[in-house]
Amino acid sequence: MRVKAHLTFHESQPAQASGLLAWLHIDLPLLTGLLLLSGVGLLILYSAGDREMVLLQKQLFRLGFGFVAMFALAQIHPANIRRWSPLLYSVGIVMLLSVILFGETGKGAQRWLDLGFLRFQPSEMFKLTLPMLIAWYLAEHRLPPNPTRLIMAGLFTLVPVLLIAKQPDLGTALLVGTGGAFALFLAGISWRLITSIGLVMAALGPVAWYFMHEYQRQRVLTFLNPESDPLGTGYHIIQSKIAIGSGGINGKGWLNGTQSHLEFLPERHTDFIFAVISEEFGLVGILALLSLYLFIILRGLYIATQAQDTFGRILAGSLSLVFFVYLFVNAGMVTGLLPVVGVPLPLISYGGTSLVTILASFGMLMSIHTHKKLLPT
Amino acid sequence: MLQTSIKDYLHESQLFLGRVVVSGTLVILVLVALVGRLFYLQVENHDHFTTLSQDNRVKLEPLPPTRGLIYDRHGAILAQNLPAYSLEIIPEKSSNLDSTIQQLSEIITISEDEISRFHRLRKQRRRFDSIPIRVRLKDEEVARIAVNRHRFPGVDVKAALLRDYPQHMKTTHLLGYVGRINEQELQVIDTSNYSGTSFIGKNGVEKSYESLLHGKVGLQQVEVNAKGRVLRVLENQPPRQGENLHLFLDMELQSTALEALGEYNGAVAAIDIQTGGVLTLVSKPGYDPNLFVEGISTKAYEALENSLDNPLFNRAIRGQYPPGSTVKPFIGLAGLAYDVVGYHQETYCPGYYQLPGKDHKYRDWKKWGHGKVDLERAIVESCDVYYYGLARTLGIDRLYEFLSGFGFGQPTRVDLDGELSGLMPSRHWKQQKRREPWYPGETLIVGIGQGYFLATPLQLASATATLANQGHRIRPRVVKTIEQSDGSLRESPMIVDDLQPLNPDHWSQIINAMSQVVEGTRGTARSIRSSEYRIAGKTGTAQVFSIKQDEEYDEELISKRKRDHALFIAFAPVVNPRIAIAVIVENGGHGGSVAAPIARKVMDRYLSEDSRKVVSDEG
Repeated sequence: MRVKAHLTFHESQPAQASGLLAWLHIDLPLLTGLLLLSGVGLLILYSAGDREMVLLQKQLFRLGFGFVAMFALAQIHPANIRRWSPLLYSVGIVMLLSVILFGETGKGAQRWLDLGFLRFQPSEMFKLTLPMLIAWYLAEHRLPPNPTRLIMAGLFTLVPVLLIAKQPDLGTALLVGTGGAFALFLAGISWRLITSIGLVMAALGPVAWYFMHEYQRQRVLTFLNPESDPLGTGYHIIQSKIAIGSGGINGKGWLNGTQSHLEFLPERHTDFIFAVISEEFGLVGILALLSLYLFIILRGLYIATQAQDTFGRILAGSLSLVFFVYLFVNAGMVTGLLPVVGVPLPLISYGGTSLVTILASFGMLMSIHTHKKLLPT
Repeated sequence: MLQTSIKDYLHESQLFLGRVVVSGTLVILVLVALVGRLFYLQVENHDHFTTLSQDNRVKLEPLPPTRGLIYDRHGAILAQNLPAYSLEIIPEKSSNLDSTIQQLSEIITISEDEISRFHRLRKQRRRFDSIPIRVRLKDEEVARIAVNRHRFPGVDVKAALLRDYPQHMKTTHLLGYVGRINEQELQVIDTSNYSGTSFIGKNGVEKSYESLLHGKVGLQQVEVNAKGRVLRVLENQPPRQGENLHLFLDMELQSTALEALGEYNGAVAAIDIQTGGVLTLVSKPGYDPNLFVEGISTKAYEALENSLDNPLFNRAIRGQYPPGSTVKPFIGLAGLAYDVVGYHQETYCPGYYQLPGKDHKYRDWKKWGHGKVDLERAIVESCDVYYYGLARTLGIDRLYEFLSGFGFGQPTRVDLDGELSGLMPSRHWKQQKRREPWYPGETLIVGIGQGYFLATPLQLASATATLANQGHRIRPRVVKTIEQSDGSLRESPMIVDDLQPLNPDHWSQIINAMSQVVEGTRGTARSIRSSEYRIAGKTGTAQVFSIKQDEEYDEELISKRKRDHALFIAFAPVVNPRIAIAVIVENGGHGGSVAAPIARKVMDRYLSEDSRKVVSDEG
């Protein structure tokens, strides 16, 4: 049986065969997809940032840093990643608490922790450490988890999510929360439970409303009726829809988007860059871009199915799905399907921290895929 | 153990695979939904969003037309547009108006008057209009503001053409002035045509000819960015510039009339008899209309408004004075026309007139009477008693009918705004307004141009012109030709409303009597007799306040402001008359000694200039 299992794994891993890439612990399809996406991202940023070379250089530097982090993480054996998970999680919680106590305020929200040599956003690392911790915790025992462990896992998720939401950073809290939720989902919790949780969440909606900050409520209201405040909070969505709609099937052409270049579209090189792509490249361009994303997500899910142990599976699966949530929340917001939540378009939006986090998560996926043991634990 | 482990492992693996398949399917479904959304936006509603996108970036900008110029008959400029820099504030864009003004006044001088003017203009303007706080900035001031401009949101230096009236006081009432558009005007103007204009004619020619002077706004389509900055012009439809006006007004004559009035307040109206053109229209005192263009300070305005001389009052078309004896030629003509008197038919004047059975004595200005007078003498010497009798014989109804024909009691409908109609009393009018019947005594005083009878100087000049023209009545007009922006000229229409034809002898008799007023040895205006040309005229005196029965009017004892108004109407030359004139000198006393010489100077100027022109034309 052992031998058979071993062989099966080998046969399903053609990438393993290629010597140099295997030695570097790199998954070629994933790397190709990520490099393509980053390249397209730079091209669009050149247009969205009004040909500002400084912007491009900074983004290039971040991408370089992110890819280096990805390669570095790919070298670490999944067993080590697993071993470090609880510690990283605990350190993260401490940091979140210190952000709330001593954090610096940026754009009206406490998110940054100044460590002296660098400004650090602890909430960001939970996008990685929470799925890691849940995967670690659930992989200790048989799946699906028993109720006690399920409740514990739920609490592990809830604590950082609430702390991040308190900062307040709804976007990151959402992404972190879905990361934990996906881990639980992939661990195989029963459908009955999922349905119950869904119903409870729906019931908690009004309660959440009560705890929301004023600007968060405003965003929800604006989402429901953007035309109610066309010059205030609704302006973003209205201008973004105009940009997308006026792009049509073929788009206005690269560097020719009037909505972005004449500065009608706010946040055009960060959160609303999706609208710039839609305006300049049209439906055709957007379909190509979405296909690229879909390829990366499916490759991630494939890697998850091929992972050797429960930890690897759950981690790889949830990280891939969090990547998808990034895409969906951002595109949903820009197209007016979802309320405005500060989530960047992964690998394309200008901005540092999330870029590095995302590439780091793909580093872990590569690590899981390229370090194979013969036996399941 | 191993078996269980492997079984567990396979079970877990299958469970996980199932979940991944569910997740992957969900991912694909969600992406399909997203694509559906994009299809909805980019394909189904593409046209709608393209329109919105165009609306966003393309703005229509008004190109205001340049206001038309105004010239006198010889081409002297009366109203022009001069480039000027002004410091303007859009109050809506300034966070703290008071401190902004305070800080600005540290950079350039801003007087209290200018600040109060600013606040006053602020109350009566449109939203997001920029309001001047300083006008006619010097270059150095413009530079100083430019350096500090970033400190003041909503503050800007604007270069604009500012209306200028080089003749200042001389043309005040005739031309009027332009000022900033206020709330009430905003209700009536075509706001799209005025979208780039801040000034509008407030009175005089500027108001009456507003639509011609203003022109038609042009439009340009510009591409703007989200901050509203213009990036390029997409389409340009130039404005149609305002039309230039050439007036009948003779600036030389206007100056002459003003000068001739001297210290007195009053009005002079002169009309070109052949065309009805207004050669002179003076109302004294005037004020500098340029003050109003920039927005006059409250203090200066109050000074004008409270002045006893009433400089804001346009006496020439709004001053309603008792015409006094100047109506005598017209009433005399009525007597002839209705055949109730003969030209040489005599009556006796004992110095007063009494209605049968009444004690009241209607006095003549000549206490001891004129003795035997006929119509000619009654005009030449201005005998009141003769006219009491004539008026009584004619009766108020016939007086009303006949004098109305000359335009008394109706606006002349000159092409100026705000003209008053004077008052030609009648039975009907009295019943309507006073709810009283007409008393016979009232007819008597109408006969000497007093009582309810009121006329404006322009009305008198117009009636005189009609008399000189022997019933050929031409509506007075100020604008002679209209010059369109392409240079083509358009004459203003001559509107004629002739009287019922009368016996030509009657006309020459009355005109003869009027010439005797100037030429006769007993004529009340004999002092202005000219050797160059013949003048026909009639003096008049209008009582400012009434003297009691049997009381004597002593000029010396009556304070200046209660003194009688002096009137004089005239036309010249007697044969082929060219100019008709009406002069009213407020508190001037006697028409013959004060008003007539003013008319003479104006006519001299006009007729000598005319003859000069004829000579030069022939040469």
